[in-house]
Amino acid sequence: MQAKERAYQWFINAVMALLACMCILPFILLVSSSITSQSMIIANGYSFLPREISFEAYAYIWNDAERIFNAYGVTILVTVLGTVLSLAVTSLLAYPLSRKDMPHRNFLAFFIFFTMLFNGGLVPVYLLYTQFFEFKNTVWALIFPMLLTNAFYVMIMRTFFQTTIPVEVIESGKMDGAGELKIFYKIVLPLSLPILATIGLFQTINYWNDWFNGLIFLTDSRLYSIQNLLNRILLDVQYLSSMDFGTAQDDLMAGLPTETIRLAIAVIGVIPIIAIYPFFQRFFVKGLTVGAVKG
Amino acid sequence: MKQAEAVKRQSVAGKERYRVTLPVRWKEYRKYSVLFLMMAPGLLYFIINNYLPMFGMVIAFKDINFAKGILASDWAGFKNFEYLFKTRDAWIITRNTILYNGSFIIINLIAALAVAIILNEVRSKLLKKFYQSFILLPYLISMVIVGYLVYAMLSMETGFLNKSLLPMLGIEPIAWYSESKYWPFILPLVNIWKTAGYLCIVYLASIVGIDKEYYEAATIDGANKWQQIRSITIPLITPVIMIMTLLQIGRIFYSDFGLFYQVPLNSGALLDTTNVIDTYVFRALINLGDIAMSSAAGVYQSIVGFALVVVANFITRKINKDNALF
Repeated sequence: MQAKERAYQWFINAVMALLACMCILPFILLVSSSITSQSMIIANGYSFLPREISFEAYAYIWNDAERIFNAYGVTILVTVLGTVLSLAVTSLLAYPLSRKDMPHRNFLAFFIFFTMLFNGGLVPVYLLYTQFFEFKNTVWALIFPMLLTNAFYVMIMRTFFQTTIPVEVIESGKMDGAGELKIFYKIVLPLSLPILATIGLFQTINYWNDWFNGLIFLTDSRLYSIQNLLNRILLDVQYLSSMDFGTAQDDLMAGLPTETIRLAIAVIGVIPIIAIYPFFQRFFVKGLTVGAVKG
Repeated sequence: MKQAEAVKRQSVAGKERYRVTLPVRWKEYRKYSVLFLMMAPGLLYFIINNYLPMFGMVIAFKDINFAKGILASDWAGFKNFEYLFKTRDAWIITRNTILYNGSFIIINLIAALAVAIILNEVRSKLLKKFYQSFILLPYLISMVIVGYLVYAMLSMETGFLNKSLLPMLGIEPIAWYSESKYWPFILPLVNIWKTAGYLCIVYLASIVGIDKEYYEAATIDGANKWQQIRSITIPLITPVIMIMTLLQIGRIFYSDFGLFYQVPLNSGALLDTTNVIDTYVFRALINLGDIAMSSAAGVYQSIVGFALVVVANFITRKINKDNALF
């Protein structure tokens, strides 16, 4: 029995290890190819083990680091501002909805919920933001469309307020003469840090990974986030060679190591999220499973 | 004093009574004015971002003339839709959208469920956590990055498949990005790699929640692992499976734009097997500036999509009321 169980565990673990490998192998291919020399890539293609280690792609990128830093700056600005604004608007909306005594709360909840069922599609949204709000080529185009991108977050937060903050606590706050706003930020918010952290984390990832809004609203490459820069380099073959890597003209004739630069930039774009992943993984898993249960 | 006045008025006539009750109602609202104010930014946001575009759907019924302005343009009736459905594209994007998303739902369900069950069998807590992290990693990455990963595999001149794997098997290099026949296999693979991990974690969470006593009793009765999975695990997590699947069926008309746009590198040669409604609307609007066609396709998607959500929910309600969304 013991031996049988042990063999079974070995088998199960082997299957899972194989699956786990399949999940990260593409990343290994990416990183290993980015540190291979261009000539090796031309001869042997991208491979999982670098045959001749060379950091030339990273050296080229370092020469034109300004563009990457700029894109990083945009991404960080949009992510921080977007997440903070998003949390503020979401919690301010969810708290009154969670109050049993709030007039019209069912109608208001349906008003929000309905946006999950039905939407007008891309064209009216695009025309609204470009024709009426003139968001085109502004940083707001990257922030505003995703502010309450998912009405689900409002619902989840409302449920959290409803189930974890006792009515007595709010009542006693009122007895002490605190106004609604004071109750909200002195009592409700400090008790709701777990849900704020979870939704904040999700919005951070959403903003960090967003490239769609940049794709439709930006033509000015100075406002490119890191994702938009990556997107442009991948889809527009000409774009990379048009970038100025501080090389002289005759160097260009010799040819940029475009095949490795391309991957090196992708590595630079993906590293931050992989680097911090182990630290937020726990909250992330918790958030996913909360989100799956009806809010 | 005021109260006495109110009582006096109330007794006068029905019309008068209305005047008295109104201020009382307003007083109640005033008590909640701060709460209403707190909600204002969020509600305003939904009005701008979601409700105005719903009314903006009238664009699809207009003969757009920018000189006149969008809303002042002449009505076109269903002409835009007639044009749209006369094209071959209308059929292709509908077919691709439904077939791809339909197969994603089935494949992901089977894969995620299988992996969740296997993962639950792992004894070591540490290894379990380890596998979980790895499986979930692709879900975190943006589609642009996924596009790069796929490119590293499939690139014509330098891709891993064409340079390393296929020569080993003695197969000639394949121009992946210009041959549309391979993409009905590539896209589901990429999709499963990216999203099955998420579903797997959700299912795992509900499997972990099952009472251990069921399994102990089953073991005593001599049930083997497979029998336990079939008659305990799967029946007990069926509600979760139903919710997750119906949510996806309700959204079958909406595709993961990045998967169909970034991963095939927006390649025109692949449109036959990679164009879906979302990418069609995007290209018609941004690349061609064809508002008539793109808005008609968008309205088509919104209406059918909404109908599907309602039907999916209706069916869920019939089976189990608690699982329904509304």
